[in-house]
Amino acid sequence: MKRRAVTALAALLMLAAILAAAPARAAELRIGLAADVSSLDPHYLNIAPNIALSTHLFDTLVAVSPDGQLVPGLAISWRAVDATTWELKLRPGVKFHDGSELTADDVLFSLDRPAALVGSPGPFTSYTRQIVAKDAPDRHTVRLKTAKAYGPLPLDLSSIFIVSKRAAQYASTADFNSGKVAIGSGPYRFARFLRGDRIELVRNEHYWGDKPAWDKVSLRILTSNAPRLAALLAGDVDAIEGVPAAHIERIKADPKFRLEQKVSWRTIFWHLDQSARPSPFVTDKAGKQLPENPLRDMRVRRAISMAIDRKALTSRTMEGLAVPASNLVAPGIFGHNPALPVEKYDPDGARKLLAEAGYPDGFALILHGTNDRYINDAAVVQTTAQYLNRVGIRAQVQTMPLSIYFGRARKGEFSAALLGWGSLAGDFALRTVVGTPNPQTGWGSWNWGKYSNGMVDALVRSALSSVAPAERENAARQAAALALGEYAIVPLHHQVATWAMRKGLQYTARTDEFTFAHLFHPQ
Amino acid sequence: MPAFLLRRLLQSAVVLLAMSLLVFAGVHAIGNPVDVLISPDASQAERARVIASFGLDQPLWRQYLLFLKNAVQGDIGTSYIYATPALGLILERLPATLELALAAIFIAVAFGIPLGLWAGLRPDGVIGRTIMAASILGVSLPTFWVGLMLIMLFAVQLGWLPAGGRGPTTLLLGVPVSFLSIEGLRHLLLPAVNLALVNVALVIRLARAGTLDAMRQDYVKFARAKGLSAGRIVGVHVLKNILVPIVTVVALQFGAVIAFSIVTETVFAWPGMGKLIIDSIRVLDRPVIVAYMMLVAALFVAINLAADLVYSALDPRVRLTGEDT
Repeated sequence: MKRRAVTALAALLMLAAILAAAPARAAELRIGLAADVSSLDPHYLNIAPNIALSTHLFDTLVAVSPDGQLVPGLAISWRAVDATTWELKLRPGVKFHDGSELTADDVLFSLDRPAALVGSPGPFTSYTRQIVAKDAPDRHTVRLKTAKAYGPLPLDLSSIFIVSKRAAQYASTADFNSGKVAIGSGPYRFARFLRGDRIELVRNEHYWGDKPAWDKVSLRILTSNAPRLAALLAGDVDAIEGVPAAHIERIKADPKFRLEQKVSWRTIFWHLDQSARPSPFVTDKAGKQLPENPLRDMRVRRAISMAIDRKALTSRTMEGLAVPASNLVAPGIFGHNPALPVEKYDPDGARKLLAEAGYPDGFALILHGTNDRYINDAAVVQTTAQYLNRVGIRAQVQTMPLSIYFGRARKGEFSAALLGWGSLAGDFALRTVVGTPNPQTGWGSWNWGKYSNGMVDALVRSALSSVAPAERENAARQAAALALGEYAIVPLHHQVATWAMRKGLQYTARTDEFTFAHLFHPQ
Repeated sequence: MPAFLLRRLLQSAVVLLAMSLLVFAGVHAIGNPVDVLISPDASQAERARVIASFGLDQPLWRQYLLFLKNAVQGDIGTSYIYATPALGLILERLPATLELALAAIFIAVAFGIPLGLWAGLRPDGVIGRTIMAASILGVSLPTFWVGLMLIMLFAVQLGWLPAGGRGPTTLLLGVPVSFLSIEGLRHLLLPAVNLALVNVALVIRLARAGTLDAMRQDYVKFARAKGLSAGRIVGVHVLKNILVPIVTVVALQFGAVIAFSIVTETVFAWPGMGKLIIDSIRVLDRPVIVAYMMLVAALFVAINLAADLVYSALDPRVRLTGEDT
């Protein structure tokens, strides 16, 4: 009996040895992505994972540098000919993956396509709706007309991918997904798309820009944190994005791996309900509805801001993965106002302000936030509640998944709601987050606090309608100073984005958090 | 028999209809998918247009009737985020999940029955007791934890096996499978073992209890008296008799394995239906959620039916007249 057991064990070990024989490693880069790519159609759905993938296959007229600045892409230059006309010069000699040459015709077609595409739950039309007319004076020049003077047009154009008209003219989203018409001019060409599993790309040998370092790239979809990290540790992938915060120290200490980090464009802040009605989750300490909404009082909002120790929040709760914020957009982003100071932690001042505002004993408030969206988001809500309790506001916490949260927040159901926002321009972010909500103009579509100030609106409007960048940035900064001075929102921090990779690789970390295979290089 | 089948099929249809109503109402009670998917820079008008284009501005009963009408024609919705029919999307992932589930059931039976027999024949031996103790662990340890431990040990520390994902696949009768290549097997092994663990323990306990019971029965004593070899008694007479409850439970477990492969698929990044449903819930891809729930319900109904049929084949005393089912 014993001998038989030994034989069985030996057989098992042999099986393990056969299974363990590692396969020869192909010369390729394998990246673990944190979110699923849903479509290869670059105009189908405006979500970050799709945009990141599209950037490998396609180009935009205006590109975005790792620091968030607009740089030449397929357009080598752009200028406002007059207040409502933009002229773009196309890069000559750019070839699509099928060998055909890029012309102004392809550009005009691509700018029309988002509006023509049906069935998108997140259409790209937000970036083409300002264009009322367009034409091409020659093969390499495009002219775009807007109804009103509109400065951020180049920024809008950085979101529209240019497809080949010849390939995509009669094609559907399904044709893109099958790879048949996934033909762009980007640094990589399409090889294989296994939905929910991986996307394989090969180098575009005729790329107009810097040649990517890898001839093959495999993007693996690893949406859960632990498996993504395990894949890196086990050597299944060479690099991952969205490193789980709790494991960053471990990777830092491991000589086999390295990290790349950068302050991201994503700002985390509180929307405080400033509507004229009594706010739904503000009560007195006995739980009775207050006759008016204390959050309407700027002193109360300021007290809430002063009660929060952002240094401790970023170093402890965020485990160092954030820097304190004073603006709606991160440092270095167009329209960031460096003159705005980070709020000083001052609990005594906060108590005094609350007393001045008529709440010497504070009040009760429920803070709402997500628990699956931003880095340590539920903990950030908890921490804020603790700080508020210290100055006499009895704060309680309710967190929920994003899929439930956004809908309720949009309906104005919350009194204090956590939100994160990433934008490449201050005036853009202000328009959407603190602009007076108005379905006609499309402003304030994420203004959950219902803040409204005509002066801020006017400044943002003048920024948006200014085609001279310096003038535009100046107006955007003034608007930011005014809105944040009135605590339209209470900014907390800018997140830090992290990539982990095996030793011997380096990544040009991007402020917009995107992971691009062509920005990985051997060390 | 035909009357029984017809009756069961009718019952199944009613179950599915009730299920669709429940799922539809449940899924629509949580948030609005457009809130999750719409571009941050979209205006209110664009948002309203998208909501209308998906019919989400209609009252729930009208959305449900439309769903039923389309479902009767074989269309149970189109995924919002993948822009493909939801059913096709799920069926595309079905082979991966089925392969994983079958591998897990195979492991459960291949290890569970011999171990259970052993424990039943020598209930007081050291090995028998060890097997039972291990089976308690198998039932009580949470699947996701065991999965992570397997990854940490075999993939990260020892580096023997990949940490997750599905390996290269080969076409078998037009279906992509991974068990035909070494590399595919390497990817399949850990998740299949992980998914199998609970079921190995379950089969062990069933087989042991059955064996203990059978060994006391007259037919075993009679067989012994006739001078049959011990191998034949256990291998034919005992085994055949303990298989009935095992087949029933394994068949039922097969449905559960498919439905609950969600955990294993998530931990091992296995691109099956479970991973799809988790990703779909995250972005509220309603058509996929509804289609998935319907498919799983249909699967359970079908498996129950099949189990009844196999049961009757193994044990002629079970009559499928309809009165006693």
